[in-house]
Amino acid sequence: MIDESLARLSDTFFTITVVVYSLAVVAFCAELAFGRPARERQLVAAGGASPADADALPEPPRARRLGAVAMLLTGAGLLTHAAVVVTRGLAADRLPWGNMYEFTTVVVLVAVVAYVVLAVRAPELRHIGLFVMGPVVVSMALIRMVLYVETGPLVAALRSWWLAVHVSTATLGFGIFFVSGIVSVLYLVQSRREDRAAAEGPLAPSLLDRLPSAAALDRTAHRTAVFGFPIWTFAVIAGAIWAESAWGRFWGWDPKETWAFIAWVVYAAYLHARTTSGWRGRPSAWVNVVGLAVMVFNLLYVNFVSTGLHSYGGVS
Amino acid sequence: MSTVAPPRPAAPATPPSRPSPGRRVLARLLRWWRQLTAMRTALVLLFLLAVAAIPGSLLPQRSLSQNNVAQYFVDNPTLAEWLDRLYLFDVFSSPWFAAIYLLLFLSLIGCVVPRAIEHGRTLFTPPPAAPRHLHRLPEHAELPTELPGATALDVVEEELRVRRFRVVRREGRAGPEVSAEKGYLRETGNVLFHLSLLALLLGLAGGKLWGYEGSILVTEGQGFCNSFQQYDTYSSGPLVDSDSMADLCVDLTDFQATYEDDLTASSYTADIGYGPAGGGSDRETTIGVNDPLRTDGERVYVTGHGYSPEFSITLPDGTAFTDLSAPFLPADQGTLASQGVLKVPDLGAGSTDQLAIEGFFAPTGVLQSGGVLTSVDPRPLDPQVAVVVYTGYLGLDSGLPQSVYSLDQRQIDRGLLTEQASGNLAVGESLTLPDGTVVTFSGYQEFAAMQLSHDPGQVWVLAASIAVLLGLIGMLMVRRERVFARPGPASDGGGTVLSIGSLTRGSADTGPRFTALADDVRAALAARAPAAAAAPTAAAAPTAHEEAPPS
Repeated sequence: MIDESLARLSDTFFTITVVVYSLAVVAFCAELAFGRPARERQLVAAGGASPADADALPEPPRARRLGAVAMLLTGAGLLTHAAVVVTRGLAADRLPWGNMYEFTTVVVLVAVVAYVVLAVRAPELRHIGLFVMGPVVVSMALIRMVLYVETGPLVAALRSWWLAVHVSTATLGFGIFFVSGIVSVLYLVQSRREDRAAAEGPLAPSLLDRLPSAAALDRTAHRTAVFGFPIWTFAVIAGAIWAESAWGRFWGWDPKETWAFIAWVVYAAYLHARTTSGWRGRPSAWVNVVGLAVMVFNLLYVNFVSTGLHSYGGVS
Repeated sequence: MSTVAPPRPAAPATPPSRPSPGRRVLARLLRWWRQLTAMRTALVLLFLLAVAAIPGSLLPQRSLSQNNVAQYFVDNPTLAEWLDRLYLFDVFSSPWFAAIYLLLFLSLIGCVVPRAIEHGRTLFTPPPAAPRHLHRLPEHAELPTELPGATALDVVEEELRVRRFRVVRREGRAGPEVSAEKGYLRETGNVLFHLSLLALLLGLAGGKLWGYEGSILVTEGQGFCNSFQQYDTYSSGPLVDSDSMADLCVDLTDFQATYEDDLTASSYTADIGYGPAGGGSDRETTIGVNDPLRTDGERVYVTGHGYSPEFSITLPDGTAFTDLSAPFLPADQGTLASQGVLKVPDLGAGSTDQLAIEGFFAPTGVLQSGGVLTSVDPRPLDPQVAVVVYTGYLGLDSGLPQSVYSLDQRQIDRGLLTEQASGNLAVGESLTLPDGTVVTFSGYQEFAAMQLSHDPGQVWVLAASIAVLLGLIGMLMVRRERVFARPGPASDGGGTVLSIGSLTRGSADTGPRFTALADDVRAALAARAPAAAAAPTAAAAPTAHEEAPPS
């Protein structure tokens, strides 16, 4: 049943992916480090122009080359990452998201794809690479060390067409929220720095100078969350439809269902907060960060600590 | 939800006299209503709802497992009592949880109903008049042309109509002008989303009020009918009429479980016959995991399975009872090692003693050192039991409820029920009690855990969820754009300058879209201009860029 050589190949790809992503992180670091001198010149030239204007100015060629290398490494890692998932699925002859190890691997894949799409569409967002790929590498290492299980067949309850619909959209939503949450964290840091710069004049140079302006970060976080929210809504609805045929009721406040609901409510609050006076800016960004925390909690707490119907983790 | 409150009615201009009590109450109520329907309140209620759901996942819930709640009471008696007073074991049916979501939905109604009416009105009114200063709009361009003003507006109107704008031409204070709008679906989606959430809540409530579900263990060859008397456990909504429950009986013909090489269960299927009571369960089908039986409004599921060991009992006087069995509950889903008890309260005339066989069933038994029986495989490859046989008084008629899966410990403690013999048995092996009674392990049957559910609200909930999703997509993906244009005389005296501006909600990349529109209008103006306009067109192109609004 299980093609052992393909399963081993998948594991090898996983290791390669972690290595390549780590190299990308190093390249992103280097890019930020070498990008700084240009930024200082701009500050002097523009007399405290906002970083948004700075992005329009050319960056030093060395930084640009390093940035290109980092993006290339990220792209290469993305390919091997996709290969991890594909070979895993081929080895077991089923969809490759049937346990915690596979689910989280796909979530991180979606997050990297979301980042690459952002970086391609808006080049100044490339500079958030370190802050996305750093958590990605840590997540991948943890997934390999803590969640890894051997390739195996699916339990009976998961043998349904809804596995393709519900779990894939859940990973999509999660991966997109992952990037959105990170961008909101960067926004919180950047907006604080901009406020300080406005109050105290030009600040000491920092890695943050290469990041997009706070306003651009806030917009990006919002737009990715706006993209993720209907997907997450769909994932929850599809889960309810599946639960109706698998467990005899479409909603039963199983711990996973409860936390999916909490996450949905928090993201709904985030989208509302952005248009509510008194909540714009940092407060609403915090809501987005809380949303990501809820998603992570739902993944870890519900599968490790509580017992519920969603315990297909393969983790004991 | 509304962010702009309707203007307050002006206070009556009689400050010295206090308003009547009725009026004061009304004003107070009105203020509360405004506060409740404000977006900030809705946000706070959303957070409260999220926070209120948390204990429902951290503490055991009666709706999920009565046993876990009972265990919590045993482990933390004092704390549990207090938590119970706060409904923390029934979070999702507690009054305070209901209070939060009802307030939230009230707030939602207060926001969305006026907004829906307003939107309905907008659908039938033309786009608003152009603002006086078009250059103050977020996107703006000045397009010089040789055409007269009216013709230039014709060109703009055509471009906008091609882009599916709703266009209106007016004679404004500053001359003729064009207003255009599109993306009405955005607000439609917003209203649909919020109204569908209300519909979803109503569907949920209906399902809770008129729905029920019952569970029962059914051994192969047996069946059940849809009535609360027959179910092992059931729950029903307050408006369920137990006399008018659907007439449905189900017989379990055969149950199969299949396994992968590594003993992962790959499928459970149950062959069943079903039909109305008395009419014979003559319609046949197979149900399984992810594949329930659906009739008109009822669903029948197979939710688990296990084994019922069979015993024969032969009394010293030769009276024999054969094929006595009771379901043993799986203690380990992986190996289906099961525990249970067979209670035999009536051993026939002349016998005052009752008998019970308490034990452990292993579908594939292996004897460990010390004679401890364990199960290594969920398939019945070598069924064995480890049993203890008791005789005496079972306490079934004592008036206190007891589990069918365990003995009443009180009777054992009182010495009314005493152990007679114990041992490990393979199929066909026997145990002889001191009084000469012979207990034989004669085989096993498979049982399926079945569940019948009735939820009249779930179709409504599904329809409402689909509407929620559609509304969401419209609301988040459609942009609402307004474009205004007004011709004016060129500053150098020759020809016209067409001033065009736009206002967009719901998108960040408005710049490129507006630039594309302006470019198309410019090209169309050039195409319509007289042949002599060839030179001005070339000159116009570089000048007509967006101008930053003066600050």
